[in-house]
Amino acid sequence: MNRQHHQDEIIEGREITLTIFRYDPNNKESKPHYQDYKIAETPGMTLYIALINILTRIDHDLSFDFVCRAGICGSCAMVVNGKPRLACKTLTSEFTDGKITLLPLPTFQHIKDLSIDTGTWMNAMSVKVESWIHSKEQVDISKLEKPIEPEVADEVFELDRCIECGICLASCSTRVMREDFLGAVGLVRTARFAIDPHDERTDDDFYELIGDDDGIFGCMSLLGCEDHCPKDLPLQTKIAYMRRKMVEVK
Amino acid sequence: MQQEQIIELLTQKDAKKKKSRIPARLDYLQSATGLLLAIFMIFHMLFVSTILISKDFMLAVTKAFELSFIFEGGSSVPVFISIAIVFVIFIAHALLAMRKFPISYREYKRLKIHANLMNHADTKLWMIQAGTGFALFFLGSIHLYTMLTNPGNIGPYASSDRVYSDLMWPLYILLLIAVEFHGAIGLYRLSMKWGWFDKGDGKETRAKLKKAKIVLSGVMLVLGFATLFAYMQIGQEHKASYGERYYNETYPMEQK
Ligand code: HEM
Ligand code: SF4
Ligand code: FES
Repeated sequence: MNRQHHQDEIIEGREITLTIFRYDPNNKESKPHYQDYKIAETPGMTLYIALINILTRIDHDLSFDFVCRAGICGSCAMVVNGKPRLACKTLTSEFTDGKITLLPLPTFQHIKDLSIDTGTWMNAMSVKVESWIHSKEQVDISKLEKPIEPEVADEVFELDRCIECGICLASCSTRVMREDFLGAVGLVRTARFAIDPHDERTDDDFYELIGDDDGIFGCMSLLGCEDHCPKDLPLQTKIAYMRRKMVEVK
Repeated sequence: MQQEQIIELLTQKDAKKKKSRIPARLDYLQSATGLLLAIFMIFHMLFVSTILISKDFMLAVTKAFELSFIFEGGSSVPVFISIAIVFVIFIAHALLAMRKFPISYREYKRLKIHANLMNHADTKLWMIQAGTGFALFFLGSIHLYTMLTNPGNIGPYASSDRVYSDLMWPLYILLLIAVEFHGAIGLYRLSMKWGWFDKGDGKETRAKLKKAKIVLSGVMLVLGFATLFAYMQIGQEHKASYGERYYNETYPMEQK
């Protein structure tokens, strides 16, 4: 992904145009359409700031989601000039022609304008892949935890950085074609637990969760997930890792 | 058997509440057949392109495949068997890979709009692979059937006559383009899909593999077109004596 910032090229206060998808599925009167907003750019302006600008000064009816404004919560994902990205981590200065088109993420329940519901799907995914440590061991919290290899811990923590933003699903054409496909976030979640020595599940157990064409075997390696994940998770290598494991299950 | 299948139909799992292992086997076989075909295509190219060196060399290679060191003058049986095996792998691969096509207008439309919206390189590569794969259903089948029914008619003049006088060259141009794109993208996809070279920095490896893919399809296309052109030229020169076979001292009388 091109994250080059054209900082020095900013013309103070140049006018930028945000073309935003507007639609309220719950309002019978509402028709899906694109609406242009022209605003003055300020130094270091992110799409979050630009949208707040529009909301407070131009259009109180515009809907979009934000919480952390720092690329941590995953709620501000949207399609920016065709690419699914986090709005709070995207600088308007990156777009040299000053034209930015914003769409809600596809494949999720649309709420209104740029606002979508990723939470319901992510919760269902967590349940589906049983996204928790499975262990029969009684934990004695008065004792030190069993140590694990630092490299293994790093690998697990690396995958724990997922913020469930939904960008991997919205950049996956397989998922757009086939709504039941689990997508990178779910597949890599199983990798997280398969790598973690605390989890006692076997490959057979994981096969029951992802061993079908909606799961690991549905992935066609288009790599949209890998190329758009804002947290740069190693999605391609970890999906391949799970595929190798699952294909060996007897 | 019958009851077990119905249980799976109703519950998506078998009577032991286990998921079927078949999808895993199919995914593996899809890749394995693709890999075999891709390797075969590379060697196939090396063999047919011997015509660029000389007619005698191409004849010697042909005779080696006819096992002329065992059968006096060569036999078409081993050639027939080899082609039949390739044909079976080809059909198996088509059957397995077909499962991935956008299979309804709805799927096709969603794929196309989404891919265009994102303008993402590897998604487009997949669409090229699916498109060329579809073309190969026809192009590959025609070629394989022709060869299956003419296993003894391979040689410097026999092949050139087929390319030029029997008008196979338009088909071969399309087949060459389709196969080289499909095969090279397929090998790149295989390495991503199974993580063949995942040691170290994944992103760097991927960039290198992508370059290798472009080089591979480039080299194969150049070699392929040079070879095709060579057969066309020989075929044109040989037009008047269509049907006559090439022979030399080592292999006198390449008979019909
Ligand atoms: C009727 C002919 C063919 C059809 C319909 C076809 C179709 C396809 C399709 C749709 C894919 C993508 C599968 C996916 O994304 O999971 C694919 C993969 C592949 N094809 Fe073909 N193909 C054909 C012939 C060939 C030939 C002749 C070669 C050899 C050059 C070949 C080599 C490959 C390879 C290496 C892959 C990657 C395998 C994988 O992703 O598991 N295919 N094929
Ligand atoms: S894997 Fe990456 S793109 Fe997918 S939900 Fe997690 S952070 Fe977002
Ligand atoms: S607002 Fe939290 S990630 Fe953008």
